[in-house]
Amino acid sequence: MHIPDGFLSTPVWAALDLAAVTSVVSLARSTQREIDSSRIPALGVMGAFVFAAQMINFPVGFGTSGHLLGSALLVVTLGPAASAVVMTSILVVQALIFQDGGVLALGANVFNMAVAGVLAAYLPYRIWSAGAFRNMAIFLGGFLSVMSVAALAVAELLVSGIRMGTPVLGVSFGLFFVNALLEGAITIAVVKSLESMRPDWVRAPDSSGRTVLASLAAAAILLAVFGVLFASADPDGLEKLAERAGISGHARNLIVAPLADYELQGAGWAWIRKAGAGLVGVAILTVAVLLLGRLIARRKDA
Amino acid sequence: MHHVVIDRWSRRASLIHAREPRIKLIALAIFLISVATTPGASAAAASGYLAVLIAAILLSGLPLGGVLARAAAVLPFSAAFAVVSWLSGDTQRAAALIGKSYLSAVAVLLVVATTPLERFVRAMEALGTPRLVALVVLFLYRYLFVISEQAQHMRVAAACRAPRRTRLSGGIGFRAAAGAVGVLFARSYARAEGIHRSMFARGFEGRFPTVALDPPRLPDFLFLLLAAALTLAVRIGVRIG
Amino acid sequence: MSQNPVIEARGLRYRYDDGTLALAGVDFRLHAGETVALLGPNGSGKTTFVMMLNGLISGEGEISVCGMRLERRNLTAIRHRIGMVFQDSDEQLFMPTVLEDVAFGPLNQGIEREQSLKAARTALEQVGVADAAHKAPYHLSAGEKRRVALAGVLVMNPEILVLDEPTTYLDPPGQRELIHLLKGLPQAKILVTHDSSFAQALGQRAVFFEKGRVAGEGPVGEIIRRFEWDSRPS
Repeated sequence: MHIPDGFLSTPVWAALDLAAVTSVVSLARSTQREIDSSRIPALGVMGAFVFAAQMINFPVGFGTSGHLLGSALLVVTLGPAASAVVMTSILVVQALIFQDGGVLALGANVFNMAVAGVLAAYLPYRIWSAGAFRNMAIFLGGFLSVMSVAALAVAELLVSGIRMGTPVLGVSFGLFFVNALLEGAITIAVVKSLESMRPDWVRAPDSSGRTVLASLAAAAILLAVFGVLFASADPDGLEKLAERAGISGHARNLIVAPLADYELQGAGWAWIRKAGAGLVGVAILTVAVLLLGRLIARRKDA
Repeated sequence: MHHVVIDRWSRRASLIHAREPRIKLIALAIFLISVATTPGASAAAASGYLAVLIAAILLSGLPLGGVLARAAAVLPFSAAFAVVSWLSGDTQRAAALIGKSYLSAVAVLLVVATTPLERFVRAMEALGTPRLVALVVLFLYRYLFVISEQAQHMRVAAACRAPRRTRLSGGIGFRAAAGAVGVLFARSYARAEGIHRSMFARGFEGRFPTVALDPPRLPDFLFLLLAAALTLAVRIGVRIG
Repeated sequence: MSQNPVIEARGLRYRYDDGTLALAGVDFRLHAGETVALLGPNGSGKTTFVMMLNGLISGEGEISVCGMRLERRNLTAIRHRIGMVFQDSDEQLFMPTVLEDVAFGPLNQGIEREQSLKAARTALEQVGVADAAHKAPYHLSAGEKRRVALAGVLVMNPEILVLDEPTTYLDPPGQRELIHLLKGLPQAKILVTHDSSFAQALGQRAVFFEKGRVAGEGPVGEIIRRFEWDSRPS
């Protein structure tokens, strides 16, 4: 899931570097407001912990094993802003020392895993942190963190012109789906283990109706943006998908066709138009995340 | 372990090791952007870039084969996508994926293996990285060695204790693995508490002393000029050729 | 040896969160230049006791350090007077390089950067690891780490040194070097240790802890004999 250098087209990696920088600067500020500077070494230690935990094999039968990504685990122990900062640090070390993920592509990987992935892990927990659905929420957080990273990474590759074709996409998403289930399972298993040792290690998110609404709004925007990104990569793709999925002709005309025709009008070369559509999508995503971050931070101050 | 080797390499001495970290970071950026924006997939361009990198590796005193081999860790991932591109007819893309990802990995490895990480991070900070992120990276790196050794020991110990059938399927059971991660968390948490105590025992008032970088000097600027010129020569040469 | 007590503690009590009593009323006095060994079984309260001295944990009782009553407003001043070296050197050396770690104390004391670094280099020379200044802690041996940790507290010019199990992980030559080093330092010292030969080499007096109380006090050899605190079978 770490995208190396040389895969993304220039507008994509440049736009995502910009999006990542703005998001991380904002999230770093939120974190500094929330936690005392004496806790900074602890954040580093937790980062090292996730790194090391990623080395542990979780067997899933048939001789294969999966590994922890860690966004969801961090979110329930550190909260979303600090988790994003820790994940960013992990990705920086992975890119530099282990060449796992590119350096120009670091923005894309940070955006996918440290920002969107953490957000996706946080939303269900934020909504259902108390009561009967708590465990489900933690599982869902782990699941969504992997799926959102996968969807974003695939979208970015497609927009960059990397051809994948339906069978490859299908297999990839199948694998991601299994990984996502695994992440959910590992996360909830580890959280249970932590709670049995010291319950106060798992923090409850602050609850407020307003943030839930904002989160849901952000989630809706995210979903809409996925559509834009996919459509801009392969204008026929959505049409074919809709056909295969059996959506009625009328609905298709209403929903799918406008998206498929979405392009920036008035720009010259074809690649600018296509990439531009993707860029707009990314920009919307960034604004959504920043707004959310601000809302979370403001409520913490209240 | 990989990071142990890289760390040791980064603390050696050579013409490249002695260059100022911000300069090396900028040179790296120029190289990576050149490679990324090189159109098509010409073998000449790839050879040109590789030649520049090999020259730098030789100057650095690092083992040539070792560096080239370690950077190859990126190849399996790229090869998978390259195969798919090749099968769908886009041979140029396939070659570009492999070539660009590998060249970029070698360049990054070269700079990181000739610059102690705390200096590299200071350069990143000087060029705009938020201080909080820089500090977290430094502390993460500091404890990466200790904690990953712990994880390694736990893996081996647990695998030795596992009954034979689970050993066939990967070493330890799922619940045991979750338990291992839990224990790792507990130890890391305890360590973080210990650090917290040590900090306050020495009168922590909010300051973390980090390495200061001396300003770049003439040899550093000459190095940057040379690296940029060679890189851009390849880049522009592609257009002409 | 002067008569002024640099530490005076009366009636120290500490209870864990779950209610167990770690310290059940301890009185203690340390004089300038004196070296005292704290002996006793694991869990007898020795480490809890020393952590109360610089306010890392707070319980009941009165503590005075260098004439200052231990209270919130002079915690930092007291922590500059007591240099504490913990058992786990990896928790103490948390900065990326040795020099940065030793400079941590002075820099947080408000001393300007260049001066802090200079003082750090001097302290490293004092403990004999000057050439480790730019190394990462990961690459040091246990003995070197211990010495760097000691430099990190010596650099702050404390009047009292507290060392918690300083001979852990040290081989016999390493222990000898540490003994030699400590003998040359003028500060009053509290040594929490399981190592009776270490205690006898340095200590002028020993205090024996048992179940959170002081069970005995006196010359080191006498305490070791009285409580049979020697690993060699008689």
